[in-house]
Amino acid sequence: MFSPLIVLTTIVFVCAPVFIAWAPYESTMGLVQKIFYFHLPSWAAMFMAAFVCGIASAVFLFKGRIMADRIAVASAELAVVFGLIGLVSGPLWARKAWGVWWQWDARLTMALVLWMIFVSYLLLRKYGGPGSEKLAAGVALFGMANVPFVYWSVNVWRTVHPTTNVVPTLVAGMSGPLWWSLVGFLLLYALAMMARVRLEEQRAELERVYRELDD
Amino acid sequence: MKVTVRRVAVLCLLLILGIGVVDTSAEEFLMQSMQTSQQDEFVPIDELEAEDQLPAAPLLVAAYSFAWLAMFVYLWSIWRRLARVERELTQLASRTTDR
Repeated sequence: MFSPLIVLTTIVFVCAPVFIAWAPYESTMGLVQKIFYFHLPSWAAMFMAAFVCGIASAVFLFKGRIMADRIAVASAELAVVFGLIGLVSGPLWARKAWGVWWQWDARLTMALVLWMIFVSYLLLRKYGGPGSEKLAAGVALFGMANVPFVYWSVNVWRTVHPTTNVVPTLVAGMSGPLWWSLVGFLLLYALAMMARVRLEEQRAELERVYRELDD
Repeated sequence: MKVTVRRVAVLCLLLILGIGVVDTSAEEFLMQSMQTSQQDEFVPIDELEAEDQLPAAPLLVAAYSFAWLAMFVYLWSIWRRLARVERELTQLASRTTDR
């Protein structure tokens, strides 16, 4: 299961820079706009990870399924990684396009808060002590609930960030590389997710073996 | 008397026309000077001084490099953690078999 997914993800990521290079230049921003082809998919993968973490946390909280908790912790880690890529690539684009690295407006601030919620989830899991997985699951629910607000914030509040109607109005030469990159990020999410869940399973197995040895 | 009235009327007419002309030209002058000052404020990016131009390529390279690096480091960290746990499991399995 791992190998075909690794091959497919590698092919998509190796081809992505070629398609991005072929994409036409945006008329006002020029070359720097090409950051968009990794910036948007990284946030899409982050939102996906946040939703999976939130849903898995709800299943763990209300049904008590251990597997759901493993999926939640794996997805939270991925939400932090993809969010970090988005948070770093965004200011690099903004510096050229807006003239500033960062603007404390609704969209950017909410995106940062969303990312910090998942960082706090991981910190809670690591240093919260016994029972912290249930507290963390509650935090993940708030993180998931925050995602639609972050997404719609550009349409509701005044912000320097482009609105959500940019993607549907892209020309074919730009939308192709964007969707390609998006597929790549989602494949990477699936691949990393499977590996990370396997790590949690192996850790649980190790713990079980140690308990057996102690008994 | 009639001549005086006519002269005063002509003078008033000239005065009104004169004020109008002066007013219009003053307005035009003001508009022109505003436009000139506004145009002076805008400098196309390719005409800026070299040290004031912000090149896009380093920002683009930095963004993509960071994204690739973050993904590689994260995948490597999973692989390393997984390898460590599996090694420990194998060691424990061999220890229990020896018993």
